[in-house]
Amino acid sequence: MSPRENSIEARGLVREFKKGPRAVDGIDLHVGPGEIYGFLGPNGAGKSTTVHMLTTLLPPTAGTATVGGYDVVKEGPQVRKTIGAALQEAALDPYLTGREHLRLQTAMHGITGEERKRRSDELLARVGLTEAADRKIRGYSGGMKRRLDLALALVHGPRILFLDEPTTGLDIQSRTALWDEVGRLAKHEGVTVFLTTQYLEEADVLADRVGIIDHGHIVAEGTPDQLKAEISSNTIEAVPADPEHHGAVAAILERFGAPTTGFGPNSVAVQLPASDGDIAQIVRALDAEGLRIAHLQIHEPTLDDVFLAKTGRHLEGAGDEADQEEPAAT
Amino acid sequence: MQIALLQAATLGRRAVVRTARQPANVIFPLIFPMLLLAVNAGGLKAETQLPGFPTDSFLAFALAVPFVQGALLATVNANVEFARDIQTGFLNRLALTPVRGLVLLIGQLGGLLTIALVQAVFYLVVGVAFGVRLETGVAGALLLLVLEAMIALAFASLGCWAALRTGSTEAVQGLFPVFFVFLFLSSMNIPRNLIETDWFRWVATINPVSYLIEAVRSLVIADWHWETIGLGFAVATAMSLIGFALASHALIGRMART
Amino acid sequence: MRETLNVAKGVAWRQAHLFFTNPSFLLPSLLFPLFFFTAFVGGLSRIREVPGFDFPLGYTAFQFVFVLLQSAAFAGVFTGFGIARDFESGFMRRLMLAAPNRSGILLGYTVAALIRWLTVISVVTAVAFLAQMKIGGDGVDLFGLYVLGLLVSIAGTMWSAGVAMRLRSQQAFPVMQMPVFILLFFAPVYVPLNLLEGWIHGVATVNPITPLLEEGRGLISGDPTRTLLSFAIALGLVGGFALWAARGLKRAEAAG
Repeated sequence: MSPRENSIEARGLVREFKKGPRAVDGIDLHVGPGEIYGFLGPNGAGKSTTVHMLTTLLPPTAGTATVGGYDVVKEGPQVRKTIGAALQEAALDPYLTGREHLRLQTAMHGITGEERKRRSDELLARVGLTEAADRKIRGYSGGMKRRLDLALALVHGPRILFLDEPTTGLDIQSRTALWDEVGRLAKHEGVTVFLTTQYLEEADVLADRVGIIDHGHIVAEGTPDQLKAEISSNTIEAVPADPEHHGAVAAILERFGAPTTGFGPNSVAVQLPASDGDIAQIVRALDAEGLRIAHLQIHEPTLDDVFLAKTGRHLEGAGDEADQEEPAAT
Repeated sequence: MQIALLQAATLGRRAVVRTARQPANVIFPLIFPMLLLAVNAGGLKAETQLPGFPTDSFLAFALAVPFVQGALLATVNANVEFARDIQTGFLNRLALTPVRGLVLLIGQLGGLLTIALVQAVFYLVVGVAFGVRLETGVAGALLLLVLEAMIALAFASLGCWAALRTGSTEAVQGLFPVFFVFLFLSSMNIPRNLIETDWFRWVATINPVSYLIEAVRSLVIADWHWETIGLGFAVATAMSLIGFALASHALIGRMART
Repeated sequence: MRETLNVAKGVAWRQAHLFFTNPSFLLPSLLFPLFFFTAFVGGLSRIREVPGFDFPLGYTAFQFVFVLLQSAAFAGVFTGFGIARDFESGFMRRLMLAAPNRSGILLGYTVAALIRWLTVISVVTAVAFLAQMKIGGDGVDLFGLYVLGLLVSIAGTMWSAGVAMRLRSQQAFPVMQMPVFILLFFAPVYVPLNLLEGWIHGVATVNPITPLLEEGRGLISGDPTRTLLSFAIALGLVGGFALWAARGLKRAEAAG
């Protein structure tokens, strides 16, 4: 198998909707074989629209893309044979059982007879749904639905997997279980995974590389560590023992770095410069003013800090603004 | 070809299973037409005394109506579910598989036909149990089932078109009163030649549903009236072809995959 | 009392506003009675030639009375749909929290149903006159006919409200609708009672709607014969279903 056959490439991908702004405005990306690529951005940033174009559900307005070596516009059927997709909506039939869903999906892919049964049983076991297989979807929890969704995406053994916000609304256990399975698929089976998410932790933990998208553009791309290292070093957060000293503490800390937000209401936080600053100096300065501190913590940079640096907004809450500006992307 | 058949059969099976697992969607299309039949057969029995009324039994006269009504109810319900597939993204799931649009449509319609035929057998059995004797005998009963399949296909394909065009369950549900109007403004309760009011008779004459009802009715109360039967088949076929063409076109737009 | 009336006024205003500003509510309410009226009169007018059909004013007036009562009952049922929707959306909880006297909520919905019905029946009456419907009764008779409709509308509303308050979801729709439909259609809809035969004659004889229908036809033709019985039944239905609705309200309150 050539490396191209497991990769995703996009050049200048654009999607315009009638009477609306461009949901995707010139995206270039490359996802290598066996890589987990995290596509991170707030609601309305253009993540799902990008996925829909790459999975051939939506033709691009401009630009080109190849998935698994096939052109998404000219070779749609071949692309669909190569990929599996678990889209943002779990899109399951409440009146069918898990096993019946697999029966339907295998039939759609022309898998019949013994092979169909073997595949279904194997996938149900893999996602931990063997016992619930003959229950109707109506009785499934959110986590179970997502796991079934993943199983359905894997029915035909795809080389490339698209997961559109797969853990939205799941509890931490279900989320972790899904991460484990996705990680296993990439590491042990060499499946290329294109994962969209609005959860920083998900991108941080799971993705080999992350592309951050905002208003239809990729604003940053790289490994999580590279991205974080690019923008800044640590943030120091201090909570004064006496809330009335908030201003005085802020004045001291701002001598060492730029103020930042996103912490508790009583916290004072500044981003330290790349040289890391001298924590001891900060402590001595606070002590010299007689300011007692209830809590002092050093925070390493997060992808939210990266987003903030690139866009001037935090990732959380950025989606609300985006929803107001843009039509709902399909 | 084999894979296409498997896909169509699996999709059709799903349409049937989904309906069967919603008791309201099973019971209502079976019971409501029978209820209306009972009401009308009892309430309009006196109509048989009108000169020129084609039969002594209003029950036999009115038995045709449930076949059309039941086909309408079943196919509207099932197409509401089809619209729900679009709303929930299930259609996107199918679009990501190798299944062709035509096969998807055939599978959906095949499932709806199956449901309508089961209903038709029920109506026939009830009618016979309450004393209706088909003038055309067993052969007529079989032809009636074929006609019912065509009628169901006609409504089902138009309903599919509405589901694909709008992607909205409310819009498809809104079809029911529209079809209902066509049903009532027809020769459902009185032979066309006995309708006194000119405008009503004219509307019933141009209303395609009149010909569907009259063809079914003919198989029950008349002895192989081929012109009437033929007209019913012709109208059902024309509606099916139009509905299928519209639905196919709408499917291309809805499954805008490359 | 004032609090109850204030609550009722607010609820009634909202329902009426929704009704008049939403074509999806207004149009079916107007069109369906009109449609039934024209379909029955247009399609079945020949029935007046059946031996024994001795209604003097013709089939148009004969059917008008049925459509009047049907539209009255269904104005109540459609209002009940609105109550069920309000439960499902959570709006009813807001009403219950805000209302110092919750019986005002029921009263408000009832007033709204009456507004709805009066609008519909005005249009249907206008169309009936355009169709040259004959009237035999005087002003008092016609007033009595519309009061009968009013009572049926209140009864329909109370029935539907009671169902909605108990089920508190749109699953209540068929439960509200079917019994009303069955009661209406198991009455002498197409022909007078004397022309019904067999089991349907028996059912129609004991159906409480039958005296209402016959009295209505009597009133429109100026020869009412069952006034005491029909109004007693109508008031009985109103009283019985009002109790049903009030108990439903208590259940809804208890459910929170």
